[in-house]
Amino acid sequence: MSRILKHRLFWPLVILVALLALNLFFTDNFFKIQMKEGHLYGSLIDIVRFGAPLILVSLGMTLVIATSGIDLSVGSVVAIAGALACLRISGLSDQNSVGGVLGAVGLALVLSVVLGAWNGFLVAGIGIQPIIATLILMVAGRGLAQLITDGQITTVNSSPYKLIGGGYWLTLPFGIIIVAVVLALTAFLTRRLALGLLIESVGGNAEASRLAGISARGVLMTVYAFCGLCAGIAGLMISSNVSSADGNNAGLWIELDAILAVVIGGTPLSGGRFSLSGTVLGALIIQTLTTTIYSIGVPPETTLLFKALVVTIVCLIQSPAFRAKVFHRRRRPIAARPAAEEKVRVSA
Amino acid sequence: MTSITGLRDLRRRTVPPKYIPVLVTAGLFVAMFVAGGIRYDNFATGQIILNVFIDNAFLLVVAVGMTFVILTGGIDLSVGSVVALATMLSASLLKDGWPAYAVMALVLVIGAVLGLAMGAIIHYFEIQPFIVTLAGMFLARGLCYTISTESIPIENQTFTDIAQTRINLGGDLSVSPSAVIAVVVVLIAAYVLHYTRLGRNVYATGGSEQSALLMGLPVARTKIAVYTISGFCSALGGLLFAFYSLSGYGLSAVGMELDAIAAVVIGGTLLTGGSGFLLGTVLGVLVLGLIQTIISFEGTLSSWWTRIFIGLLLFVFILLQRVFSGGSRRRTP
Repeated sequence: MSRILKHRLFWPLVILVALLALNLFFTDNFFKIQMKEGHLYGSLIDIVRFGAPLILVSLGMTLVIATSGIDLSVGSVVAIAGALACLRISGLSDQNSVGGVLGAVGLALVLSVVLGAWNGFLVAGIGIQPIIATLILMVAGRGLAQLITDGQITTVNSSPYKLIGGGYWLTLPFGIIIVAVVLALTAFLTRRLALGLLIESVGGNAEASRLAGISARGVLMTVYAFCGLCAGIAGLMISSNVSSADGNNAGLWIELDAILAVVIGGTPLSGGRFSLSGTVLGALIIQTLTTTIYSIGVPPETTLLFKALVVTIVCLIQSPAFRAKVFHRRRRPIAARPAAEEKVRVSA
Repeated sequence: MTSITGLRDLRRRTVPPKYIPVLVTAGLFVAMFVAGGIRYDNFATGQIILNVFIDNAFLLVVAVGMTFVILTGGIDLSVGSVVALATMLSASLLKDGWPAYAVMALVLVIGAVLGLAMGAIIHYFEIQPFIVTLAGMFLARGLCYTISTESIPIENQTFTDIAQTRINLGGDLSVSPSAVIAVVVVLIAAYVLHYTRLGRNVYATGGSEQSALLMGLPVARTKIAVYTISGFCSALGGLLFAFYSLSGYGLSAVGMELDAIAAVVIGGTLLTGGSGFLLGTVLGVLVLGLIQTIISFEGTLSSWWTRIFIGLLLFVFILLQRVFSGGSRRRTP
């Protein structure tokens, strides 16, 4: 029992289940999944479907945070990728041609990887603190996205492009399939190959890793480029879902939600270890929270208040210091000591 | 540009390295001002600099609070929302007929209490500042919308008087009371940081929390104090913003936390904590303000170019600081 309690994913899972259970009281048939015209429908499917972009961005963010970095620019990359893809597609003579759409999507993804690599270059090549290095692109990126769309909202009418964010394939929403593929690929690369070990090693101590013969720069570049790619795919999904690109509002504040998802999932911001499944859980918690807010009829004005409350509770419950101080019996008179020990144990 | 580089090389031998980032920022501010003066008529006047102070008084105050937090190695994402909350609270309370000075006092207390609460959670429950202040950001923004989703105008006599007063400095120069308040806040903060025990504790905590604890410094009190100061400064910044805009709106000051962080960074303060000066932050705010002034003088550029320019300049400044500070101030991966 205590082993289950101490498991890293225990608390996130409890919170997710609690949120889902809360919905049961407010929505009839919340857990019912139907088959309509060969597609799966249901509230649970919707949560995953609308949460797909956030899950993708959070996956990239997890690896960046595991190297003790942070990527604030993902929201801007989301906007840029959507803007570029929509611009290219709107310029096609036949917007429904699969080849043209693939070209546009490919170009947008290449640009996302380049932007991610630019962040990686600033962090690994020049040695700028990650939070500042990515702040540059976060500030400039929104401007770039508006430059691409010329300050307008670009709309497209293309059925192949619509598939990415709003279509179905093999009875499932296409977005869920993309997330599943990216998740499987990431899990394979990091947990079956040495990459995950290298990432955690660089996050634990970059200098020591370099002395141990690990190409810390290469690892960092890869991780930031991957984060850019994930943000790019998410950007395509978001813009494809509404068939338009909005340089100003697409992916606004998604970086904060993504960082929140990663932290809720049990990956510490100090780096050195990470949990992909935890991140997926964290992103699902945030999306479920959004859905819950709508379904229990919280007025839109107080949505943020509700979110702040849940975020605080979630973080407090997950904090070992909080649990030790509130729930446990007082073992030692000095409050500072168990806290200090906890820290040493985590960083070791 | 090459002459500036030469100048820096010369200074490097005589000036302690810790002052170099601030000097670089100061040099670039002067360079921008001179370049603007050559390119545009009526630019190189004292009033332009005073206008930068007047238009950015609230940002200056907010950035001062942010400097305290960043010096301890933390970060405060809630400042923009607290600014909005302060404008919203003052506007709605004034509409209900509260006396102006009571409103100001209440707003400042609420800001400080919010900061205090965040600081206490950060310290006692060991949750990352990034996450706690993010929740604080949601909370303050949410409170704004609960008060009202519409913009509320401020028609109180005291507030409009403060907004319209101009203090003459002789010649054609004048400043607003807000700018004077901002400068006073900067002076007090500089005194606290460099000449009091609290200030030394802030630097010590930012340098190494563990060492500060082992030295017997009151780390808990210091950490909670800096977030309280930041909350107070944000609320004060919000009041100045209310004087400036004469309205309260839940969507005002969106993204101001980024401007404040950018100003602190351009001012040469390290986000890892323990190193930086308040003067640098002031220069950082002035540089951001001057960029906006130059873009408005240029006149033909679309609004989105502002963001691209700020991003570019952020990049150039950070790069220059790294080059001038020898590239060894931080572990390089």
